[in-house]
Amino acid sequence: MDCLSIAATGAAMSCCFGRGWLAVVVGVGLDDPMKYSALAILRHALTGNRSWKPVWRQPEPRAAYDTVIVGGGGHGLATAHYLAKLHGITDVAVVEKGYLGSGNVGRNTTIIRSNYLLPGNTHFYEHSMKLWEGLEQDINYNAMVSQRGVLNLCHSDGQRDAYARRGNAMRIAGVDAELLDAAQVKAMLPLLNTDNPRFPVKGGLLQRRGGTVRHDAVAWGYARAADSRGVDLLQNTEVIGIRVEGGRVRGVETTRGFIAAKRVGLAVAGNTSRVAAMAGLRLPIESHVLQAFVSEAVKPMIDCVVTYGAGHFYVSQSDKGGLVFGGDIDGYNSYAQRGGLPVVEDVMEGGVQLFPAMSRLRYLRQWGGIMDMSMDGSPIIDRTPVEGLFLNCGWCYGGFKATPASGWCFAHTIATGQPHALNAEFRLDRFATGAVLDEKGVGAQPNQH
Amino acid sequence: MMIPCPFCGARGSAEFATVGSKPPPRPAPDAPPEAWHDYVNLRDNPAGLHDELWQHVHGCRQWLVVTRDTRNHAIAAVKAARA
Ligand SMILES: Cc1cc2nc3c(=O)[nH]c(=O)nc-3n(C[C@H](O)[C@H](O)[C@H](O)COP(=O)(O)OP(=O)(O)OC[C@H]3O[C@@H](n4cnc5c(N)ncnc54)[C@H](O)[C@@H]3O)c2cc1C
Ligand SMILES: [Zn+2]
Repeated sequence: MDCLSIAATGAAMSCCFGRGWLAVVVGVGLDDPMKYSALAILRHALTGNRSWKPVWRQPEPRAAYDTVIVGGGGHGLATAHYLAKLHGITDVAVVEKGYLGSGNVGRNTTIIRSNYLLPGNTHFYEHSMKLWEGLEQDINYNAMVSQRGVLNLCHSDGQRDAYARRGNAMRIAGVDAELLDAAQVKAMLPLLNTDNPRFPVKGGLLQRRGGTVRHDAVAWGYARAADSRGVDLLQNTEVIGIRVEGGRVRGVETTRGFIAAKRVGLAVAGNTSRVAAMAGLRLPIESHVLQAFVSEAVKPMIDCVVTYGAGHFYVSQSDKGGLVFGGDIDGYNSYAQRGGLPVVEDVMEGGVQLFPAMSRLRYLRQWGGIMDMSMDGSPIIDRTPVEGLFLNCGWCYGGFKATPASGWCFAHTIATGQPHALNAEFRLDRFATGAVLDEKGVGAQPNQH
Repeated sequence: MMIPCPFCGARGSAEFATVGSKPPPRPAPDAPPEAWHDYVNLRDNPAGLHDELWQHVHGCRQWLVVTRDTRNHAIAAVKAARA
C-alpha cells in the first residue's frame, strides 16, 4: 500500500503545479473522499497520513457476470475501465492468476510512441498516444506520463532514407515526426558517441510526443478506475478452463470455482496460447522472453528515449536517475520469465557503443517478461470462432504503449460484437487471408520481429 | 543455457541459432490453403517440452532437433535433424 499512497501523493502534486491548481484545491476533494486532489493531500497530511484507504475492493467471485476479462495486466484492466465508462457495462470481473500488474505491464521499459509506418498500425497507436495525453485526468491518477521524446538513431544513408519515409508516413497520418541531422542529435545527447567508426550517427527520427509512463501506475490507475465503477477485480484467481457449449462460451473454470459469463475476453499476453487452447484454439503466436535492465541512479544524462539503429539497444533515464534499458529478445520460446546471459552481454555491448560512459555504471536489476509474439509482429484484437469469446494478443515487445487504445478497442469489440475501425486490421484471420501487417517485412518468424 | 551437441559436446547457446519449432512435414505444393496456413502460421507454443530446430552455426554447422522444456530450459534430448 506504500506505493499506492506515494502515487496518490504524486497525483495531487501534479494537480498542484498544473495550471488549474486553484480550481483543483477549491473544487474537488470535498464530495468524493476517494478522489485524489491537493485538498486530499492536505487533509491526509494534517491527520498524519493514517487514513488512506485501499483503493480497490477484494471481492469474492460472484457466480455469474455479464463479461469476464481474463488477465489483470494493463490491457485487461484498461478494457474493464472502458467497458464500464464508455459502454456502461459494469457487471464485469477481471480474473488475474497473480496480483494485478504482476505480468508484463509491470516489467516493461515504459516506452510509448506512435511512430509506425503501416496505416493499420499508425492510426491505432496515435489513438493510444492521444489517450495517454488525457489519461491522468480521465482516471484521476498520476501515471507520470512524460512526453520526453523518442529518438531513433540512423547510421547510414539508406537508414536515413528509410526514416525519412517513415517520418513522412507518420506526418501524413497526423503524427508528429522530425528528421534530425547528426549535429542536432549531438546537441540533444552530449554523451552519445556519434563517431563510432563502424556505425557513425548520421541523424535520427524524433517523435517529441513519445516518451515514458510509470508502468505500475497504469495498472493501478486503471484498476482503481474500473473498481470504482463496480468492476470486480479477482486476484489470485487462475483460469484453468473455458466452458464452451454448442459453439458458445458459457464461462470460465477458475481455481476459485466456475464463473459463468455471457462474454469472455482474453488479455493474457505471454500466456495467450495456453489459455486459448482451453477453448480449442490454436494461434499464430509464440511466447518469447524479453529482458530489461536498470542501473544505479546517476545525475541526468539522457533526457529522452534513444534507440540504436545498428544494434538492438534502447535506453531512457527514470526520474529516480537509473538508466532503464533493453535490447533483443532471447530468440527461443520461453515461459521462464528470466533471460539468458548471451543477451545480457549483447545489450551491454550495444549500450557501451552508444554511451561509452555506461561502462562505468553498476547495474542493479535485470528481469524478463514473457511476450506473445505474433507471426507478423502486429497485434490481434478480434472475435474468435467461439461465439462470445474475444481475443486480445500478439503484442510482442511493444504492447505497453498500446495499453489505452487496446483497452478502448477491445471494450468496443466486446460491447458491440464488432471491431472498431481502429482495430479493423488486427484480425485473427489475416494470417489465413494474407492481409498481414508486417512492419519489418520478415515473415512468419516471430524471433525476428 | 548449454546445448549438448551430439558432434561437438556441450556448448553455450550463443554458438547456436534457432528458427523455432521443428516444423511438421511440409504440405504438398497443391495442398489446400488451410494446410499451408497451418504450416506457416499456427504453433502449439507449449509450456513444457518443445521440439525445435537449432543450427550449431559457430561449431560443426549441423542442424539439430533440440527437445527443451520452455519453462526452465532443461534439455531432454538433442539429435541430428537429418537422422
Ligand atoms: C522486458 C520488457 C520490456 C518491454 N518494453 C516495452 C516498452 O518499452 N514499450 C512497450 O510499448 N511495450 C513494452 N513491452 C511489452 C508490453 O509490456 C506488453 O506487450 C504488454 O504489457 C502486454 O499486455 P498486458 O499489460 O495486458 O500484459 P500482462 O501484464 O502480462 O497481463 C497479462 C496477465 O494475464 C495473467 N494471466 C495469464 N494467464 C492467466 C490465467 N490462466 N488466468 C488468469 N490470469 C492469467 C497474467 O498473470 C498477467 O497478469 C515490454 C515487455 C517486456 C517483457
Ligand atoms: Zn556441433
